[in-house]
Amino acid sequence: MRATAADGARLRVTAGSRPASQAFSTEVTEAPAVDSSFLEAWKKAAPNIDPPKTPLAFMKPRPPTPSSIPSKLTLNFVLPYQSEISNKEVDMAIIPATTGQMGVLPGHVATIAELKPGVLSVHEGNEVTKYFVSSGFAFIHANSYADIVAVEAVSLDRIDPSLVQKGLADFTQKLNSAVTDLEKAEAQVGVEVHSALNAALTG
Amino acid sequence: MATVNEKQRTTGLKTSAFTKTVVRGKAAVRIMEKRKGERVFNGSDKIRNRMKSVRNIQKITKAMKMVAASKLRGVQTKTENSRGLWQPFVALLGDGFSVDVKKNVVITVSSDKGLCGGINSTSVKVSKALTRVYSGPEKETKYVVLGEKGKAQLVRDSKNRIELTISELQKNPLNYTQVAVLADDILKNVEFDALRIVFNKFHSVVSFPPTVSTILSPEIVEKESEAGGRLGDLDLYEIEGGETKSEVLQNLSEFQFSCVLFNAVLENGCSELGARMSAMDSSSKNAGEMLDRLTLTYNRTRQASITTELIEIISGASALEG
Repeated sequence: MRATAADGARLRVTAGSRPASQAFSTEVTEAPAVDSSFLEAWKKAAPNIDPPKTPLAFMKPRPPTPSSIPSKLTLNFVLPYQSEISNKEVDMAIIPATTGQMGVLPGHVATIAELKPGVLSVHEGNEVTKYFVSSGFAFIHANSYADIVAVEAVSLDRIDPSLVQKGLADFTQKLNSAVTDLEKAEAQVGVEVHSALNAALTG
Repeated sequence: MATVNEKQRTTGLKTSAFTKTVVRGKAAVRIMEKRKGERVFNGSDKIRNRMKSVRNIQKITKAMKMVAASKLRGVQTKTENSRGLWQPFVALLGDGFSVDVKKNVVITVSSDKGLCGGINSTSVKVSKALTRVYSGPEKETKYVVLGEKGKAQLVRDSKNRIELTISELQKNPLNYTQVAVLADDILKNVEFDALRIVFNKFHSVVSFPPTVSTILSPEIVEKESEAGGRLGDLDLYEIEGGETKSEVLQNLSEFQFSCVLFNAVLENGCSELGARMSAMDSSSKNAGEMLDRLTLTYNRTRQASITTELIEIISGASALEG
């Protein structure tokens, strides 16, 4: 009896003194959060410290692949400083992959695509939103979820055509006069981006 | 003459009472003059000096709290906007936390400035514990430290395991390009199978739990996807772009690293400001309490010294008249 009372007291003490690090993530299921084998290894190595959190604990779990093709594509378009589109249901997205413009519809096969500078257009019903994307990656999952991660994206109406022409001329000249490999690579990148910008504005 | 004597006899008591007050008054004036001119040593000025310094500390810590609060507002919006950045990677590759590799590199994100509570110590503790968890035969763990405070703590016992230290990260407002260059630097100089980034994730002003994000090198990703398990469905994904799968995977892993590092540094910056706010808040509260206690002591000492002087005067006066 005395042992259990003391245990109870100790439990109460630790529950009170532990800070709020254990009180969160009520919206996430516990199952994939932390591996039990890792937890055990942690407890052996550092029994007094709370195990650290991992990113999975902070993310909403994604639905599994449905048996029939869903009608809409759920799109996530993120940039380093903003989540441009998050969990929006759209009909189609055309992404500028390095192998060319790729159209993504619901039920698309799972793909990892590297992006090149170009235009991303999102089709929802009758409206089309176009962004110029600098580069990044696009993941299309089997459950009709598409994640596009880009370094920079601007909507097309914010691009100044005269600056684009000037930049293109500048970088072409730099490419011709480049000496070292690094300069050549930089100039090449500049030319690529600016010609894509040009194409985006005219196309 | 007789009338004066009579007067003196009849008004004897009254005169002596009057004399007493006059004498007392004169003595009191003398003491007052003495206090204005010279310092009467009774310990109350020592307390007064202490009170002045404690009051200054209270003002300084209150100001530091305000500064941290205003900076926090700016960084918090940035951090929340950047939170979507790492989610696609985790959705694709899962969490590489339990993946066992030979070469681990622990990247500890800490602050440059102090006075921010215990966040740097918790980060360092978690990093050291991670080293112990991942230790074993043929395995090695190295550190890359971002921030002066983490470096100071890790240098004490793990000096030979620190590959790279980077400081003055928060000097200019953070942007992605800066972190991308930093990530490039780290990738060039450090050989790794898995990168574990340890930072304090910002939940709220009072809660910043330590978090570990893992990035696996492309070779390990391939190995794990062949072995099955959480990364097993990676094979099902078609690869578009690039010439070979490994090239795309390498780009992917580097991109993932820069994105996750960007988010980690922002979150840690937020946590540092939040921790500093609460540390300075409790410090000014303590200073306030100390000031209250000192005021009471000061008043008590002052009143005691006044009482002592009055007693001296009165006993002096009563001794005079006999």
